[in-house]
Amino acid sequence: MISGEQTPTQYIQHHLQNWTVGEGFWAVNVDTIFWSVLLGVLFLWSFRKVAKKSSAGVPGKWQCFVEMIVEFVDNSVKESFHGKDKLIAPLALTIFVWIFLMNLMDLIPVDWLPTAAMYGGYWLGFVDDPHDVYMKVVPTTDLNTTFALSLSVFALIIIYSIKYKGVKGFAKEMTLTPFNHWALMPVNFVLESITLLAKPASLALRLFGNLYAGELIFILIAMIGFWQLPAHFAWAVFHILVITLQAFIFMMLTIVYLSMASSEH
Amino acid sequence: MDLNATIIGQTIAFIVFVWFCMKFVWPPIINAIEERQKKIADGLNAGERAQKDLEKAQQEIAEQLKEAKQQSAEIIEQAKKRGAKIVEEETQRGHEEREKIVASGHEEVTAERNRAREELRKQVAVLAVTGAQKIIEREVDKDAHSDIVEKLVAEL
Repeated sequence: MISGEQTPTQYIQHHLQNWTVGEGFWAVNVDTIFWSVLLGVLFLWSFRKVAKKSSAGVPGKWQCFVEMIVEFVDNSVKESFHGKDKLIAPLALTIFVWIFLMNLMDLIPVDWLPTAAMYGGYWLGFVDDPHDVYMKVVPTTDLNTTFALSLSVFALIIIYSIKYKGVKGFAKEMTLTPFNHWALMPVNFVLESITLLAKPASLALRLFGNLYAGELIFILIAMIGFWQLPAHFAWAVFHILVITLQAFIFMMLTIVYLSMASSEH
Repeated sequence: MDLNATIIGQTIAFIVFVWFCMKFVWPPIINAIEERQKKIADGLNAGERAQKDLEKAQQEIAEQLKEAKQQSAEIIEQAKKRGAKIVEEETQRGHEEREKIVASGHEEVTAERNRAREELRKQVAVLAVTGAQKIIEREVDKDAHSDIVEKLVAEL
């Protein structure tokens, strides 16, 4: 909702502003870190609970649910990644569930948590004006989160390339494909570098773009008055698909990139 | 919205989460799943095998039952035949025995009769001789009695 003295532009800007501490590059988006770590811990805690008492006996309901997700991820990994690897499956699971939970924050009505934070911060005396409190609750609408994820995956792509093909093999791949001729090595290198760098960039921007756009539409819907209720519901229903799909795509592409990195052309 | 130090924090968080997941979450769950899958597969296999065994046993039972029935029918048949044969033989033997007994009775009776007749004849002869002697002793009218003697002799 828009309070009296706010223009729509101010309202939107307020919603898209992170709670930032510090200046310049060393500034930290506290809300992004807080919510993402909270959700990550929630994920690990709830799954760890199952892992601790998991046995081959008759599973409980929560255990069934967790095992369903684990098996789904395991099958996805087995389909694309051939060979034994201890890291890829847990990595894929973490990516899928963590991103899903962070995306899921989008379904909480856009004003609830920011408003609560505004008045909470005001009453606790952190700020003189409630409007000085910024709270963005969807960590995946922050480029920092999506790039942190995709650059970690990028680092793994390089590590896997070198681990499976050796430094020489990796260098060869970078310079002798797609044109296998020594004279075209610079061209090859430029092309391959773009291909390589496009992977983390597309991963991060795809996730960020989808979620940011979704968030923006929720904010726009929140400004239209009474009819926001059915509109919000309709968009939320559609957005569930986006939330799940984006988490799945990020996981799937990570697996595919890593399996590409670890296999010869 | 700019990139700032948050990216470092998020990267560290991500690495820690993945490490924790890899160490403490993934292995126990996937092990339990695989173990359970194996258990279920074993159970299904065992069930199938038991089903097959049962079918085989039932088939065997049916076969054995059929065989036993056949055998018993054969035994009954044999027993009937043998019984009939025994009855026939006994009847035959009875007949023969009877005939033999009857024949021997006849013979005996005939022999007895012949003997009696012989005896009688002897006694009559003796009697006749004795009578004749007595008559002769008296020597009554020879002529008068000759007809009696003659008559006696004729009767013998």
